[in-house]
Amino acid sequence: MDKYFKDERDVAMRLKYQILRDDFTRAGEASSKIKKVLKQLAIDATVIRRAAIATYEAEINLVIHSEGGTLEVYIKPDCIEIYVEDDGPGIADIELAMTKGFSTASVAVREMGFGAGMGLPNMEKVSDNFVIESEVGVGTNIKMTVRYI
Amino acid sequence: MITVNDLVANYDFTKLSAETLNRTIENAYSCDLLSWVMAKGKHNTAWITVQTHNNILAVAALLDFACVIIPEGIKVDTEIIEKANEQEIILLSTPLDAYHIFKILYEAGIE
Ligand SMILES: Nc1ncnc2c1ncn2[C@@H]1O[C@H](COP(=O)(O)OP(=O)(O)OP(=O)(O)O)[C@@H](O)[C@H]1O
Ligand SMILES: [Mg+2]
Repeated sequence: MDKYFKDERDVAMRLKYQILRDDFTRAGEASSKIKKVLKQLAIDATVIRRAAIATYEAEINLVIHSEGGTLEVYIKPDCIEIYVEDDGPGIADIELAMTKGFSTASVAVREMGFGAGMGLPNMEKVSDNFVIESEVGVGTNIKMTVRYI
Repeated sequence: MITVNDLVANYDFTKLSAETLNRTIENAYSCDLLSWVMAKGKHNTAWITVQTHNNILAVAALLDFACVIIPEGIKVDTEIIEKANEQEIILLSTPLDAYHIFKILYEAGIE
């Protein structure tokens, strides 16, 4: 797997959102705003859809599982890059976390319909390139690339 | 071709939100696990869910669903209805359960 790094070349537009832990009332708002911008830029509908799924799942994971973090989008001539960074707690076993159906979500959160253990697999599926790095006690970084064709 | 309008006009569905119901329904899906819905939902889906918190609005908006159908007479908070209005998302309420909703949609031509 590639190493996580922010590729600052050829960025036509940058979007950045702060996502707070346990902020369920606003969860999904950043993704909705990102989708609106992509739509205004007349980006292909399938690309928008994939980016929407990727940003939504990342945003919800920040709300549910992390101490809070940032969701950043780089719009480039040939692709959209999504960067997700949080302040912990980190993921001990990434392979396990990436397994369909694996979830540590609480009962309360599951009752809201989260915790199917499908978020990370969905993110990987819609990305042309998916990078995840995590350190327990430090945080998790994810980079997702969605290409235009 | 069936629209949300047709559903409300001809069957036991009540509009909770949105100004116009001029959205074509092309398919239907029922699931309360949001990540499953994110994976399976399509453009112009009529989505049946018992979840009534505001995240269903994000899912519906992001996937460009035709409407969200809240079955079995489950109550929806006015706060959510207001938010749905703001985001122009069609929320419908019905006393019917998922099976009967699917039956109606099938008979109306959605396969
Ligand atoms: N940012 C994060 N920080 C710490 N742990 C995380 C983070 N994102 C995911 N995880 C861990 O990985 C698991 C799997 O994540 P995934 O998104 O696939 O499923 P989920 O969030 O539990 O459920 P779903 O996404 O289907 O609602 C989580 O239950 C959690 O234990
Ligand atoms: Mg998740």
